[in-house]
Amino acid sequence: MSNYPAGDRGFLGDPKAPGFLGWIFSTDHKRIGLLYFWAIVTFFCVGVLLGLLLRLELFSPGVDFMSAQTYNATFTLHGVIMIFLFIIPGIPAAFGNLIMPIQIGARDVAFPRLNLLSWWLYMIGALLAITSLFTGGGPPDTGWTFYVPFSTQTASNASLALFAVFIIGFSSILTGINFVTTIHRMRTTGMGWFRMPLFTWSLYATAWIQILATPVLAITVSLVMVERLLGIGLFNPTQGGDPVMYQHLFWIYSHPAVYIMVLPGMGVVSDIIPVFARKPAFGYKAIVVSSLAIAFAGSLVWGHHMYTSGMSDNAVLLFSFLTFVVAIPSAIKVFNWVTTLYKGSIALDPPLLYALSFVLLFSIGGLSGLVLGAASADVHVHDTHFVVGHFHYVMFGGAGFAFFAAMHYWLPKIYGRIYSKKLATIAWGFMFVGFNLLYLTMQIVGVKGMPRRYYNYLPEFTDLNRLATVGSWVLAIGLVIMFANLFHSVLRGTPVGPNPWGGASLEWQIPSPPPTDNFGENDPVVTHGPYDFKEAGIL
Amino acid sequence: MSSESSHIVPYRTFILIWIALLILTGVTISVAQIDLGPLNIWVALSIASCKSALVVAIFMHLKYEQLLFKLALLSALIILAIFIGFTFIDVLYR
Ligand code: HEM
Repeated sequence: MSNYPAGDRGFLGDPKAPGFLGWIFSTDHKRIGLLYFWAIVTFFCVGVLLGLLLRLELFSPGVDFMSAQTYNATFTLHGVIMIFLFIIPGIPAAFGNLIMPIQIGARDVAFPRLNLLSWWLYMIGALLAITSLFTGGGPPDTGWTFYVPFSTQTASNASLALFAVFIIGFSSILTGINFVTTIHRMRTTGMGWFRMPLFTWSLYATAWIQILATPVLAITVSLVMVERLLGIGLFNPTQGGDPVMYQHLFWIYSHPAVYIMVLPGMGVVSDIIPVFARKPAFGYKAIVVSSLAIAFAGSLVWGHHMYTSGMSDNAVLLFSFLTFVVAIPSAIKVFNWVTTLYKGSIALDPPLLYALSFVLLFSIGGLSGLVLGAASADVHVHDTHFVVGHFHYVMFGGAGFAFFAAMHYWLPKIYGRIYSKKLATIAWGFMFVGFNLLYLTMQIVGVKGMPRRYYNYLPEFTDLNRLATVGSWVLAIGLVIMFANLFHSVLRGTPVGPNPWGGASLEWQIPSPPPTDNFGENDPVVTHGPYDFKEAGIL
Repeated sequence: MSSESSHIVPYRTFILIWIALLILTGVTISVAQIDLGPLNIWVALSIASCKSALVVAIFMHLKYEQLLFKLALLSALIILAIFIGFTFIDVLYR
């Protein structure tokens, strides 16, 4: 890039918006993406610390250093942080904002100010959630699911935490609206729907879920707040209410939310695999259609969280059937990824390592999900550590590892500097081993009958629990190396050119770091698909 | 912005809609006094749907908008209907 002097820091050093205020009031999608990114990474680290504390308490049976109440508050906080502050905004708000507009050749999202508002709402919600720990009746202890009747009765400060979730929900809706509009209206010349990178497609499917499902969360938490403040008996049978209704409402949002977490992860992986296999994505349209199918069908399976709630048998049958249906589009994707790799010229760089771990770990999570989706099996393992292992496999092994893959893939683009690949690979090794040691063991001890959400357990579970806790340490070592390596690269890494990985989509055609206006005066004209490496002149 | 968004609705229409909404509210209240069994919920939801249809179509100008916006709203409504319908598969057969 001749018109781009060396040492230019692009949008990072935009002279028109200097200093701290230039960042927190910026409407540039890349700056907002980075604001989200750093906030999300910070919350993730806090969440990990809490998770490690939980595991430490479970090292031996009985009270080690946490009382029952402290344990309850700790897993609630761990869950709320990980779900609402890390994994739901995770990929869409951070990497979606950073990359998606560039991928479709736009200068910014459709509503830049709304975008900034959504970050502010997110931060305000986070602040309120933190405030709830130190005010009122003390840290909430309901679990991240806020189930009634406990959540309407507990003396802990659940109301403020619920309000925080309400606000964070709005931030998510705003991002969804922004992305749908941007993708419909702001694609550059030649960027037809089927020339969009699969990451952008997955964000599109996700954005629809954010718009359609998140309002239900807002309604649900408002009802619990009303219930706590006024006691009108919505969920109380003695006053004519229905406690199972709460679970319906909660999961009508929270199950689709699982797809808000994982669909963008699938998009990241679909973008990374072709680049590192040097082959066009196999079954591009099948991946697109399966994303939309997951978004739709995934919204209809919430009842599989409720098999043991006393729901009618007809509903159990329906939801169990639909749960199996969702497995089909997910499996289509896995087949497409594997086939893309087949006979490719594979470069096992860190982004691909993390992306491949996503495929494996997500598959393990998905298959154990089928065990839970079958109502007859679920009745036995419901609310055990098997479930905890299962959802860590999908959320952490799936969406979390996809987030790490995205960091290793796109951060060099954003900062123009690259990390040590060797350290990234070592970190990956620790994380992969530690992860499986931790969560596979948790699944086994769960099948043996250890319930979730207890600080204590029967002595016969001691060995397996110790193994899991050791796994959590190995995982933590990997995380520390990974973040240290990335932070170091952001400040002092080796400078890279515009296209370190040989990608064919638009973000690789502009300098790293990108200039504030992305493509400058002339909007790009797209003449080939996102994975046509030959036509892009890369192969 | 295209010309659709500058469509001006006369006050007369607004007032008529307002009266219609008031009447429908009255109907809701009076029907609530009669026990229609399982039909209770259907009647209440139908009246509510009519009212929101009036508001969305005329106050919120959906009537004058492009097809895309109508389809967007329709898809949201279908999803909502499915949410409610599936919940009733539990509630009605418990
Ligand atoms: C080093 C990382 C992590 C460790 C050691 C860890 C450990 C744990 C443990 C021990 C529990 C509680 C088990 C129980 O007694 O019920 C738990 C719960 C949970 N974790 Fe993690 N976790 C980690 C990362 C994550 C991540 C990345 C996510 C999300 C993306 C996550 C989401 C959750 C959720 C939603 C719960 C349920 C909380 C509740 O029961 O309300 N965790 N985790």
